[in-house]
Amino acid sequence: MSATGRRLLRLAEPYFYSAPVLLLIVGVMLIPLSVGLSYAFRDIQLLDPFSGGFVGLDHFRELAADASFSAALRHTLVWTIVTVALQFILGLVLALLLNREFPGRRLTQALVFLPWAVPTFLVGLDWAWLFNPVVGPLPSWLFALHVTRDANNLLSDPATALIGPIVAAVWWGIPFFAITALAALQSIPRDLYEAAAIDGAGVFKQFRSITLPLLAPTIIITILLRTVWVANFADLIVVMTNGGPADSSQTVASYVFTAAFRRLDFGYASAIAAVLLLLLFAYGLAILSLRRRLLHRYS
Amino acid sequence: MSAIDIQGVSKRFGVTPVLHEVDLAVAAGEFVVLVGPSGCGKSTLLRLIAGLEEVSAGSISIGGRRVNELPPKARDIAMVFQSYALYPHMSVAHNMAYSLRLQRASKQQIAAAVGAASAKLGLDALLERKPKALSGGQRQRVAMGRAIVRKPKAFLFDEPLSNLDARLREHMRAEIKKLHRELGATSIYVTHDQIEAMTLADRIVAMNAGRVQQIGSPLELYDRPANLFVAGFIGSPAMNMFPATASRSQRQLRLVHGRLAVELDHDRGLVEGTALTVGIRPEHVVLGAGPLQGIVDLVEPTGLGTIIHLTLCGAALKAFSLERLSLALGDSIAVDLPSSRLHLFDVEGRRIP
Amino acid sequence: MMRSALYWASHYLLLALYVLFALFPLFWLVKVALTPNELLYSEGIRLWPSRISAEHFRFVLAHSDFPLYFRNSLIVSSATAVIVALVSGACGYGLSRFVFRGKSLLVALLLITQMFPLVMLVAPMFRLLAPLGLTNSLTGLVIVYTAFNAPFATFLMQSFFDGIPRELEEAAMIDGATRFGAFLHILLPLTLPGIAATGGFVFTAAWSELLFALMLISSAQASTFPVGLLSFVSKFSVDFGQMMAAGVLALIPACLFFLFIQRYLVRGLTAGAVKG
Repeated sequence: MSATGRRLLRLAEPYFYSAPVLLLIVGVMLIPLSVGLSYAFRDIQLLDPFSGGFVGLDHFRELAADASFSAALRHTLVWTIVTVALQFILGLVLALLLNREFPGRRLTQALVFLPWAVPTFLVGLDWAWLFNPVVGPLPSWLFALHVTRDANNLLSDPATALIGPIVAAVWWGIPFFAITALAALQSIPRDLYEAAAIDGAGVFKQFRSITLPLLAPTIIITILLRTVWVANFADLIVVMTNGGPADSSQTVASYVFTAAFRRLDFGYASAIAAVLLLLLFAYGLAILSLRRRLLHRYS
Repeated sequence: MSAIDIQGVSKRFGVTPVLHEVDLAVAAGEFVVLVGPSGCGKSTLLRLIAGLEEVSAGSISIGGRRVNELPPKARDIAMVFQSYALYPHMSVAHNMAYSLRLQRASKQQIAAAVGAASAKLGLDALLERKPKALSGGQRQRVAMGRAIVRKPKAFLFDEPLSNLDARLREHMRAEIKKLHRELGATSIYVTHDQIEAMTLADRIVAMNAGRVQQIGSPLELYDRPANLFVAGFIGSPAMNMFPATASRSQRQLRLVHGRLAVELDHDRGLVEGTALTVGIRPEHVVLGAGPLQGIVDLVEPTGLGTIIHLTLCGAALKAFSLERLSLALGDSIAVDLPSSRLHLFDVEGRRIP
Repeated sequence: MMRSALYWASHYLLLALYVLFALFPLFWLVKVALTPNELLYSEGIRLWPSRISAEHFRFVLAHSDFPLYFRNSLIVSSATAVIVALVSGACGYGLSRFVFRGKSLLVALLLITQMFPLVMLVAPMFRLLAPLGLTNSLTGLVIVYTAFNAPFATFLMQSFFDGIPRELEEAAMIDGATRFGAFLHILLPLTLPGIAATGGFVFTAAWSELLFALMLISSAQASTFPVGLLSFVSKFSVDFGQMMAAGVLALIPACLFFLFIQRYLVRGLTAGAVKG
C-alpha cells in the first residue's frame, strides 16, 4: 500500500471504530424519530388501511381541547417532582449511611441496592399486587395505621392512583441515586473531615460545610438528568394503572404509549410525543441558560 | 546496531509548533543524550523516532532506511518508558517474552533470550512475580530487560531514572553505562538531569524551546558552551553570569559591570562599547588571591567542597572550592576571575570565541 | 473517627429500615408464590403461610408458556449484551484513544439519545419494522435494544479504557504488536471486569424492557418474559400465586447479575474520580 494510502487508513481508523454505533443510532433512533414527528401531522390509524393523509395541525387542535391531556400535563409535573425529590433525599441519606466502614457493610450494600436489579415491569406488577387488597398487605396496614379511610385499592381511586407508581418508582430509583452519591462521597478526601474535626466541627457542621458543597456539582447534574429520565418513564404507569382510572394517573409519556398501543392512533400519539419533545427542549434550554447565568455570577 | 539519521525534523501539534528543524546524526553504537528543561521537545523527538507520533516535516532514517511511514513495530527499536509501562497482568518473564512471542519465536529461543537478559540484570529470582510485587528499581530493570531481549537496532530511553530516589538513580546510572559498554547498542536517552547527561553520554544534544542548542561531547559542552542556555544548563552549581560592556583602558580591554571591572588578557576581537554577557563557573572563581574584594553572604558546605555566595562590587557571585575554607558571614576575601576562564556571549546569547 | 453510641444506634436503625424497605416487596413476592391456592385468600395478609407449596412454580414451569418466554428473553438479552459489548467497545475505544474531527459531535449525539423519550419511537418503529418482517421477531428486538443501550455502554467502556495508561499499548506496539494486537493482549485483559459489568448492565436492561416488546411482539411464540407475564396477568387475573411464581422466576437472572456487578459499578464510578 502506498504511503498516502496508509496515512489515509490511519486517519480513518477512529471513524471505523465509531461507525457501528453511529449507524445504529441513526437507523434505529434518528430516522424513526423524524418519521414519527411527521406522523404528528398525518392521520395514521393502524387498523385503517386508508389512513395516512395529511391533516395539518388537527391533532394539535384536538390536544388543546383534550381534558385528558391537560390532566396528563399536571400529572407529569407531580410525578416528576415528587419522584425525583424522594429518590434524591432517600438516596442521599442511604449513601451517607453507607459511607462509613462497619461490619456487614458489603452485604448491606448489596441488599439495599437490590431493587435496581428488579426488572421495571416486575416492579410495577409487584407493587400493584402489594396495593391489591386481595393479595397485598398494604391496604389493611394503611387502614390499621389510620393513613387511609378504608382498605381499598389505592390504584382504583382516581384521587390516589398516581401514588402507586410514585412509590414503586422511588423504591426502584433509590439505589441509583445512592450509588451516584456514594461514588461522589468517596471521592472527597478524608483529610478535609479530619481537619474539620480538629477545628471542632460536629457531624452536621461537617456535612453542611464539606460534604454538601463538594457534592453539589455531581448532585445537581444527576438531578437534572434524572428529571428528564423520570419524565420520560412510562413503564410503571402503563403496568400499574394504564393511566387510569379515567386517565387520573396518566402522564404525557404514558399517554403517548396508550394512544399508540391501545387506541392504535399513531398520528395522535405522535402529536403528544411532539409536545413532549418540545417540553423537554424547553427544559434543556432553561437548564443551559441557568448554567450560563450561574457561571457568569461565580466567575 | 544501526545509525540513526534525523534531518530537518519539525513537529506541530495542531498549530502549536513543538520542534524546529532538528538535525542529528547518531553513529551506530553511540550513546546520545537529549537534555533540556521540561517542554523543550526532547520527549517529542524521542517519540518521533519511536514512531509513536508522526513527523510534520523532515525525515528520520534508521540503519539507512527511511522510517517516517513505518509503524513502531516495523522500526525494530526498543523503548524504556519513564513509568516503565510493564504489563500488569503478566509476570516478569512474560513481560520480557512478549515481543518474542509476537515474532513467533520458538519456546527454546524465548527461554534462552529471557534467561540471558535476566541473568545480565539480576532478575532471575523475580521471573514469576507480577509487576505490582516489585520495587521501583526492580521494575526499572525489568523494563530494560524487556528492551534488551529483542536485540533491536536501537534503544530509546525516556527519562527512565526520574521515578527513582537519588541513591538508586546513581546506581542505575552506572548499570546503564555498563550495559551500553557490553552491548554496544545505539542509544538515545532523554533526561532533564544534566548530571545524567554528562556521565552517560558519548555526545549530548542540548535542547530548548524545540530547537537544538548544541551538539557535542560532554566536555565540549562544559568547556565551550555555544550559547547562554547551554552555559547555564550544564554544570552544577550553575555558571555565574552578569551583563557587561567592553571598555578600553590603557592598552587592555576591560569588561565593566557597575563597579566590577575585569581585565582581558587579549582583545578577543571586541569593539569598545559592545554589550555582552560574561560567564564564569563557580569552580573557576579563585579565592584567597586576586585584585577583587568579595563579601561572604552564605556558605554551603557539601562535604565534597564548599559553595560560597559572595557579593563582589555589588554583583552576586557563587564560588565553589574543594578546600575547607574557614569563612564566616561578612568576611572579606580576595577574589580573582581569571581571564582564561571567562566565557563571553554576545547580545543574542551566542558564544564569542 | 470516634462517634457516640447514639450515632451508631440511629445509624443501624436507619439502615435496618432501608434494608426492610428494599427487601419487603421481594419477600412478599416469594411468600405469595409459596402459598398454596386454598390458603391464598384466607391467609392473604399473613407474613408467612401456615403451609408452603411449590405448586405454583411447578405449574408455571411445566404447564405454561413461561419456559418459552424465559428462553426468548434469554436469547434476546444475551445477544444484545454481546453485540453491544462489541459495538460499544469499539466506539468507546475510538473515543478513548483517538482525537478526530467530529468527535464532540458524536459525543453530543450519544448524550442526546439518552435524553429523549424513547416512548415516542414506539409508533414509527412499528410501521418501519413491519414491512421488513422484523415485528414479532426476536431479531428485531435485538436490533432495537442494541441501539438503545449502545450509547450508555459506549460511555462506560470509554471510562474503563481511559483508566488504562496509553503507554502500555505504546510499549506493546514498540514490542511489535499492531494496534489491534495491543488491544487484544493488553487492553482487553485489563478491562475485562469493566466489560463484564457493562455486559451485565445491558443484559439487565434488555431483560426488563417492556414497552417496545409489547408493541412489536404480538404472538406468544416470540414473546419475551415481560410481555408474557403481562399477558398472563390479563388472562388469569385471579391466579396470583402463579403470577407471583412467574415473577420470582423472572427475578432470578437479573438479581444474580446485579449482585455480581454492583461492586464494580461503584468501583468504576469512583475510579474515574480518583484518577481525576
